[in-house]
Formats: sequence, structure tokens, C-alpha cells
Amino acid sequence: MSILQSLIKKEALHVFRDRRTMVITLLMPVLLLLLFGFAISTEVNNVNVVAVVDRHTDETREIIERFSVNPYITFKGVTDNSNADNLLRTGTTDAVVVLKTSNGRLSTQIIVDASNTTVAQASTAYIRGIISGSDMMSPVLTQTLYNPQLKSAYNFVPGIMGMIFILICAIMTSVSIVSEKENGTMDLLLVSPVRPGTVILVKLIPYFILSCTILAVMLIISYTVLELPLSSSIINVILLSIIYIILSLSIGLLVSTVVDTQLTALIVSAVVFMLPVIMLSGMIFPIDNMPVVLQWLSCIIPARWYTAAMRKLMIQQLEINYVLQEISILLSMTGLLLLFALKKFNTRK
Amino acid sequence: MENNNPAISVRDLTKKFGNFTAVDHISFDVGKGEIFGFLGANGAGKTTAMRMLCGLSFPTSGQGQVAGYDIVSQSEDIKRHIGYMSQKFSLYGELTVIENLRLFSSIYGMNRQSFRHASSRLLEELEMTDMQNALVKDIPVGWKQKLAFLSATIHSPEIVFLDEPTGGVDPVTRRKFWELIYKASSDGMTVFVTTHYLDEAEYCNRVSIMVDGHINALDAPAALKQRYNVSSMDEVFRIVAKDSTRSD
Amino acid sequence: MNKAIEISEVSKSYGYIHALDRVNFTVEQGELFGLIGPDGAGKSSLYRIIATLSAPDSGTATVNGMDVVRDYRKLRKRIGYMPEKFSLYQDMTVAENMAFFSSLFGVSAKENYDLIAPIFSQLEKFPDRMAGALSGGMKQKLALSCALIHRPEVLLLDEPTTGVDAVSRSEFWDMLATLREKGITILVSTSYMDEATRCERIAMINNGRILAVDTPSALINRLDENLYNAVATDMFGLLSRLRSNPDVIDCYTFGATLHVVGNDNFSAGQVEEALKKTGMEDVRIYHATGTIEDLFIKQIRDGK
Repeated sequence: MSILQSLIKKEALHVFRDRRTMVITLLMPVLLLLLFGFAISTEVNNVNVVAVVDRHTDETREIIERFSVNPYITFKGVTDNSNADNLLRTGTTDAVVVLKTSNGRLSTQIIVDASNTTVAQASTAYIRGIISGSDMMSPVLTQTLYNPQLKSAYNFVPGIMGMIFILICAIMTSVSIVSEKENGTMDLLLVSPVRPGTVILVKLIPYFILSCTILAVMLIISYTVLELPLSSSIINVILLSIIYIILSLSIGLLVSTVVDTQLTALIVSAVVFMLPVIMLSGMIFPIDNMPVVLQWLSCIIPARWYTAAMRKLMIQQLEINYVLQEISILLSMTGLLLLFALKKFNTRK
Repeated sequence: MENNNPAISVRDLTKKFGNFTAVDHISFDVGKGEIFGFLGANGAGKTTAMRMLCGLSFPTSGQGQVAGYDIVSQSEDIKRHIGYMSQKFSLYGELTVIENLRLFSSIYGMNRQSFRHASSRLLEELEMTDMQNALVKDIPVGWKQKLAFLSATIHSPEIVFLDEPTGGVDPVTRRKFWELIYKASSDGMTVFVTTHYLDEAEYCNRVSIMVDGHINALDAPAALKQRYNVSSMDEVFRIVAKDSTRSD
Repeated sequence: MNKAIEISEVSKSYGYIHALDRVNFTVEQGELFGLIGPDGAGKSSLYRIIATLSAPDSGTATVNGMDVVRDYRKLRKRIGYMPEKFSLYQDMTVAENMAFFSSLFGVSAKENYDLIAPIFSQLEKFPDRMAGALSGGMKQKLALSCALIHRPEVLLLDEPTTGVDAVSRSEFWDMLATLREKGITILVSTSYMDEATRCERIAMINNGRILAVDTPSALINRLDENLYNAVATDMFGLLSRLRSNPDVIDCYTFGATLHVVGNDNFSAGQVEEALKKTGMEDVRIYHATGTIEDLFIKQIRDGK
């Protein structure tokens, strides 16, 4: 058996023998995807709406008709002003549409339960769309492209993938390398004739394969269960993800060269890389709404560029030349990180 | 040395892990103020036996009293009346000398006043008053060892358990440490000590040698040497431990 | 022929700590050489340098004529290193560990089997046991087998006997003697002074400095001191009384007796008589043969 083969076999043994970690690693992405895709829903789905109408006209009847047939809205009926407030308070309804007709002109008001702001914003926009569908006088016409029901899965899939790969690649790689340092086995590898570069490469390969498996699983779930639109852009999606996986592996490698215990590796990877990914990548909070300083800061978060590019590729189905900026940024980040990590690893203390 | 109430009294103490009998019906007494050497080959069951005596693990069968408390039903009382020092875990390097002592004294439930009293007396005795505010990681190994012993005995326990307290320590420091043990013993403290240095076995009042879970020899060093007709404890140990069948 | 190991003026600091301070010694081809000193003396730092894992701040170290910094790649095939801590893969079996380490060096476990056979034979009974589940002595044998599998010219053993009982330690030294007969140069470190006599030559090290290098018997001969044994029932009382005697340079416990280092005025007979008069009737003071441990204590005393 060649040195490379036996090194890879050994690495595979470590990964497979650690069943618990293995199961968590494979299950976590699936669970996270399904959790964000369905349970933690920010999309307009089953929004309860009541209407308050002071005078029924053809116009109001038409609007109410549209509400009742819309599949994403549950129209609970018409009520009066005083009761509407009560229904909102008790949570029986999520939104109240007030339709007033004075001098033959219809004015509308939308009252929303904003205890969940994201849902409130989304449903307001959607309700406005339904109303304006009839209101020819309305000066603004909103048309939501690519994701007309504002399905949250569309939004979250790129973000979750950005997070998962950092988690698997950065944390698991750094912990696995550092555990060899802690056990003293790294010294034995280094005093053998195997080149340090080979040792490192081989530590990265199993996690690269693992990440590719996870990528496949996540894409399958996204395109089937979560019903993301499938098109030829999937090749670009895979390409982009592989670049990002390599980048995350380099982060893990860099972490492992600067810390000495598994615990520190875990904490550093989690605090320095996980939190910014969640907070600053645009996964949850839109980057455009952040203070300028945080916007600058988000530029150095790889997940920001990955998420942005993935949205363009997966959801907007754009051609690859629309994400060239993101790809080149990610590539140069990878190069820089790898350079640092290998340089640090080779120095003898 | 022994009186009517031994500090440790053990009868048929046994501990099984599945089919494996780590400690097999051991019986012995340790008198008050005695220095008792607990020797044995690796894997003979010393650590398991010691854990039972310290109330950290329950015996499968047999009985025993430590400091007058039952090792099964009163293990929490035992913990309050013993001190424990091991080579592996002893002190917090990021705390100062006095902070370490304060920590251990509070673990053992000492109040502030008796701590202040005990610590200033002991630090003076060990000539460590000057370095009480130094970080433990910065002090020389010999002092660390003294301090670890001090931490284990600050609450004046009746018995102190020392698990390989002198491993890897230079010969001068090792001897100074044994003088500490002598001092504690002459003040009435019972000392239960394990070691791989067989010259240290000579310093004990009595020595037991464990082989494969049994105590195969138990007597004063001089008597053991006489019985096996050899001149050192090293030779006694070789003769007694030679029959070990456990793969080690 | 080149020296097996040549250390010259090697210094190494970690921050403010001088781990090694201008260390010099040479190990001849095929020698069983001991590095004797307590924990923290600098033994492991020196091993890391010789094993090509770390570079000295100043000075040079060569193994079989090859520089540990410049020629480290060539050297790595020729040395076998067993670190202080058990450093094998605990989640891999005995057989897997062996196979892995032999493939690292591009050899098959079979071709050098004759070398490891005496050590490995006991482990062969359970090739599928996880290394982590082995007993201490067995782990040590596996680690030694893995360090030997590529038939190194120089074997570096860092504290192989720490925490091991006296009988197993003795067996381990027997194994080293066998390996030495096969022509392998062995550098072994220990904190047990009594193991020094199992080496052909030793270097005594403390606080990063080499105190002395020679054969154990020559070193003991250097101990040109008035060394006596002293015994009495009340050893602790005897110790403090002897220490207060102005003619006693040092007095310390030594197994069943006390060792007394006297100055030129010290007379064993007179001191014994004087002690008997003060009530220590069973005191006996008689001539003692020095050991490496006595020498170590003397070196530390003189160093102060």
C-alpha cells in the first residue's frame, strides 16, 4: 500500500469509528434544512385575514373574492371595527384589511400583528399585492420575482449551506488535526519521511469527501422536498460550493496551526467563524440594513459572498458571469488562507 | 503505632468490573499516624482500591471503615475527613499560592478565620510566606509539590492519600517531600502512599504489595526483607510481584 | 566513522525559560546512552531537537553526521522516536497501528519482524484489540515496536519507563539490552536514577545543563566524599541531629538508611558515640558506597 493510501485509510478509520460525530455530521445538515425550510417559516403561508368593510361595493366584493381564493391566505370573513381589534389581540387573525369607501373612492388600510416582524413584513407586502391587483388607481405595482410567495426555504438554503460547510470543514478539520497534536501522534507523523504537506493534504481529504456528500444530500433535499427550481445552473452551484468547501478546509487548517488543544480549536472555530457566518452573512439579517461598519466587516466573511452567489445561482437562476465577483473573491480568500496555513504549519517551533 | 481504632480498616474488600476482579478480597488495617506504603505492579488494582477507600467508588462486596466512617454508607463523610494528592492533578497554575490554598480550604468547608489561621501557620512552617502571591505555574517544582501537599492537608484531615506524589521529581526534592510526610505523620496524621520508587518504601512504617488484586505481602520493610532474606525493598518487590499473571 | 549523536553548544529557550543551556555530549555508534534527570530538566526539549521536530536557538546537533536542521528529511528515515506520552492511535487496533507506521516508512512489517519479534510476540495474541484498550505495559511494547518497525539506526526513547512499576521497568531495560546487541544506537532518558547503571554511559541533566557525562561506574568514583550510612530506630530524630552537626555537609534519607556526607573532620566513630550518649542507643554509622543518586544530590548541592 502506498503511503498516501494508508494515510487516507487511517483517516477514514478515525472518521468511521467515531460513530456519534459521524451521525451528527450527516444528520445535522438535513435537520437544519428541514427546520428552516418548514418549521421556522417566514413565508406567507396560512395567513389569517379578516376584512372590515364600511360599505360593500363591487370593488370591495372583488377584493374579498380575491382573498378567499388565494391559496396562501385564509380569509376568515368580514367583521366590524371593534371586533377586529379583538381578533388581532387574541391571535385569531394575523391581519385586518380595512376597506373604506368615501365619495366613491376606496381607501385601504392594513393592520398587521407584527409580533413576528418578518412574517408581518412579508404578509403586508403580499396582502398589498392582492389588494392592488384590483386597485387601478394605486400608483405602485409590486411584483415579486423569483420567489413570489417569499418562500423562506429559498432564502435560507444558501445561508444554511454557508454555515454547514464552515461547521463541518473548519471545526472538524481543526479538531482532528489538533487532536493529533494533543495525542502526540502528529510528532510521529512528522518524524517519519512523509512530507508535512502530504500529512496535511491527507487530513483534509476525508473531510472534503464528507463535505461533498453533505453537499449532495443538501442539494437533493433542496430540489425535491423544498422544491427549489432545478435548472442547468446546478453545475455552477456545485462548482461554487466546492470552492467554498476548500475555503472552509483552509480555515480549519489555519485554526489548527495556531491552537494547541481540541477545546480551543472548537471554541475558536465556533466563535470566530460560526457566529459571524450567522450574523453577518446576510443569512438572517439583510446586509443592506446593517450599520455601515458591519457592512464593511461582512465583506471579510466568506459566507457572505457564498450566500450572495448561491442566491443568484440557485434562486435567480442567473448565469455564472453574474457571480464572477463573488467567485474571484472566494478564490483569492482561499489562496490567502492556504498560503498562511501552510506557512505556519511548516515552521518548526 | 496501632491502637484500638485504626484509621483504615478493610475486610474482604472486592471490586469487580464485569468478569474482571480488579480487587479481590483484600483485608488490612492502618493505624493512626502510620505511614502506610501501598505498592503493587501496574494493573494490580491499587488505584481501584484507593478509589474505594476515598469514597469515590463502591465495593462490589466486603466492608471497610476510613476515619471511622463506613465506605459504603458514609462516603460523603469520608471525603470531608481525608486529604488527597495525586501527581497528575494537583494545583491550578493560573492561581496564586494563596488562592490555591483558599480554594481547597473552601472545598473542604473551612471557614475564613480558620483558613487564615491555618494558612499563615503552614506557609511559615514551609518557608513559603514570601511566595504566597506568586502564580503557581511560575514557582519551582519542589515548591509546587510542597504546596500540593499543603492543599491536601490544609483542613487537617485524619488521613491523607498520596498517589505517586514524587513521580519524576529530582532526588533532593523527593527527599524534602518525604520529610514533609514524616512531619505530618509525627503530628498524628495517617499517611497512605503509593509509589514506584522502592527506596521510598523503606521510609514507610508498613508496606503492602498488591499482585493481581490480592495483597501478597504486608509488613514492616525490615520484616519483609528478613522474610525474603534480601537487603532491599526493591528485591522484596521483585520476588513478590514476580508471580503476577496479569498481562502487564 | 561518524558519531551516532553529536550535540554541541545547543541552547533552546521558550519565552523566559531556558530549557537547554549550552548542552554538549556525544553518543558513540551502537551505544546505550542514558539521559538522567528529573522532570523539567530539559530532556524532552533535547529529544525534540534530535528527532528533528524543533530547531535549536543556537548550537548544532548531528545524528550519524547529518545535521538535524539541514538534513532533517534524510534523517527521518534513520531515527526511531518514541515520545514520552503514549502516542499511537487509540481508536485503531494493534495490527492497524503496526501496518500504518510501517507504511509511513515504506517498509512492510514482515521484513523487519526479526527486530521486533521479542517485543511484539506478546501482542500478537490480540491483533484486533484497540490500542486504547491495552494495559500500560502493552501500550509501551506496541509503541516501541512501531518506533522500531523501519529498523532505525538510532532509537530515541523519551522517558519510556515513567509511571511503570519496578518489575516492568526491569523487563524494559532487558529489551533495550537486546536491541543494543543488534547494533542499534539507543538514547534513553529517565528520571529514575537507579536505571543509570543499565546504561553504558550517561549524561546527568538538570535545569537545562549537563552536569556530567561518563560511565556510571566512573561517575560514582568521582564521588570522592566521606559517605556514611546511619541507622537508628528514630530515623527522623537521627536526621535532624546529624544535620545540626557542624562536620556534616549533608544528610538525607536513602532507603532504609540515612546517607551522611561528612567533611574531613568527620569521624563516624566519634559521632556514633556522641549520639549514643544522648540517648540514641541503637545508632550505627558505617561506610557507604555511593550511587548515581548520591552524585545527583551532590551536583545539585554544589550547583547552589
